[in-house]
Amino acid sequence: MTRSSGTSGRLAAAARWFLSKFLGAVFVLWAVTTLIFFGIRMIPGDPAEAILGGPGSQASAAALAQVRADYGLDQPLVAQYFGQLARLVQGDLGNSYSLRLPVASLLGEQLPATLTLAVLSLILAWVVALGLATWSTLAGRGASIVSSGLEIVGAAVPHFWLASVLILLFSINLGWLPPVNTGSAEGLILPVVTLALPLAGFLGQVMRESMLNATTSPFALSARARSETEGGVLFRHSLRHAAIPGIALSGWAFGSLISGAVVVETIFARPGLGRTLLSAVTLRDIPLVTGVALVSALAYVLVMALSDVAERVADPRVRAS
Amino acid sequence: MSMMSKVRRRIPGRTSQAHRKVTVPEMLAGAVVLFLVAAVAFPAALAPFDPLAINPADGFQGPSLEHWFGTDESGRDIYSRVIFGARPSLLIGAVATAIGIGLALVLGSLAGLGGKALDFGVGRLLEVLFALPGLLLALVFIAIAGPGVVTSTVAVGLSTAPGYARIIRGQIIQVRGSGMVEAAVVLGRTRWQIVRRHLLPNALSPVFVIATLGLGQAVVWASSLSFLGLGEPPPAAEWGAMLAAGRTYLTTAWWMTFFPGLFIVFTAAASTVLGRGLQRRMVR
Repeated sequence: MTRSSGTSGRLAAAARWFLSKFLGAVFVLWAVTTLIFFGIRMIPGDPAEAILGGPGSQASAAALAQVRADYGLDQPLVAQYFGQLARLVQGDLGNSYSLRLPVASLLGEQLPATLTLAVLSLILAWVVALGLATWSTLAGRGASIVSSGLEIVGAAVPHFWLASVLILLFSINLGWLPPVNTGSAEGLILPVVTLALPLAGFLGQVMRESMLNATTSPFALSARARSETEGGVLFRHSLRHAAIPGIALSGWAFGSLISGAVVVETIFARPGLGRTLLSAVTLRDIPLVTGVALVSALAYVLVMALSDVAERVADPRVRAS
Repeated sequence: MSMMSKVRRRIPGRTSQAHRKVTVPEMLAGAVVLFLVAAVAFPAALAPFDPLAINPADGFQGPSLEHWFGTDESGRDIYSRVIFGARPSLLIGAVATAIGIGLALVLGSLAGLGGKALDFGVGRLLEVLFALPGLLLALVFIAIAGPGVVTSTVAVGLSTAPGYARIIRGQIIQVRGSGMVEAAVVLGRTRWQIVRRHLLPNALSPVFVIATLGLGQAVVWASSLSFLGLGEPPPAAEWGAMLAAGRTYLTTAWWMTFFPGLFIVFTAAASTVLGRGLQRRMVR
């Protein structure tokens, strides 16, 4: 990096950063589309037949020809490929084979539910993880045992089992919460907890280590020398240090949330991208699968860019380098 | 490599006694592994019943002295099914991990040894694969290749590969810049000799750790896929498939879901604890 001073230098650097992120996103979207497009054509089988319900459907020759014409499958491969890319640039993701509706509008309908679930789970996971890290920094041994226990839970408990156990406990035995989505806020509690707990265990582990290092670091010592209270050291210095590795793991957290959403939305019968993806995969509805893959790839790129920014804000060492 | 580890051990403060002592969780994890190995090797010796024998009169029995984990809708003994399920479940996990690490070795070596252009190309490919994290890549692969045990195993392997590849690439690049490679170059060793004697052995030692850590993850992901109906179909005594079958009866027969899941948790927890333990001993 060149050391440019002044506002214009900083603006230029920001513009360069933005451009590189934008080009990166375009590249990823192109590559995902291309991999799926050619991947599906390397597998034996007639796509037109798949659209009409697979080889068992005994579709007539006329129906097959009609579908080929409708979906442009009678055109040469290269024309199909560039046609798809051209439509993608215009925001057209094609039509779902199974639902016969535009993929873009289907995804638009499903996105808010998954976004709500994921954001709430992320917030809960951060609160629990930061709480655990703070607690084990202050309270020592007992708290560290609980935290490392939860960390193993985070790494080892599959979402589908955790969801089942929570349903057994809170819906069937205690009757406190609905076992499936009812559209109410109450119905959100179990899905959010299911997604948040494993994530909190994982984040808590790295945050705890970073926080412990921070409380024994020279800057904490000098803060204490300035007669800063332990609480002040904790909230003004250590908490920030706990957050930094959490931010760095945002990509991982995104992966955990989105794969968890597939399972959780299915178990709790919630609408959303995850359940849409699962039914699209089961029915081999390629345009819909491609659509979900593109939306989540775009979300991933966005999350990574945001975590870049957040890391710069939280960590002065990154800004200096 | 043995030379390196000897040198490393002599550095004071690097490997203290505390790092080598076996902890309580590690002992428990070891016990779980021993039990699982026994279940994989001699399931008939541990299981009191035939895992597939149907006996409808005994259906939906809760846990008892005769049926420790209860019975399913067809009166099959859940405990016996869990024991017999160890073999397919762990095999799928192990094969998936092997596929993931195999792919990662190829990609990581290409990137680390193949020069700038290849490194750039592999780097971009990994970037794309990382944008479909967790189960997403596996699900996209299954959408293309169709569901089933084989494709779901390959799918899990494929989705673990990018993470492993990044670690292996980093390791190779680190070793490549180390003093021993410089010394080997000065001594006139050929490129292939250096790769074989120095780069691969040193880059492979962390692979052992990530394989241990990754096995549990692979078992969890593979069972998730069969739970979602994309892997092994239900009559089989595979853990994820057993959970999928139990889902229908969650309100009436909780044991059908609880116990197979518990074994997945034990497996993954043991692999995590042992992997962390190895990591602590090798890296420091």
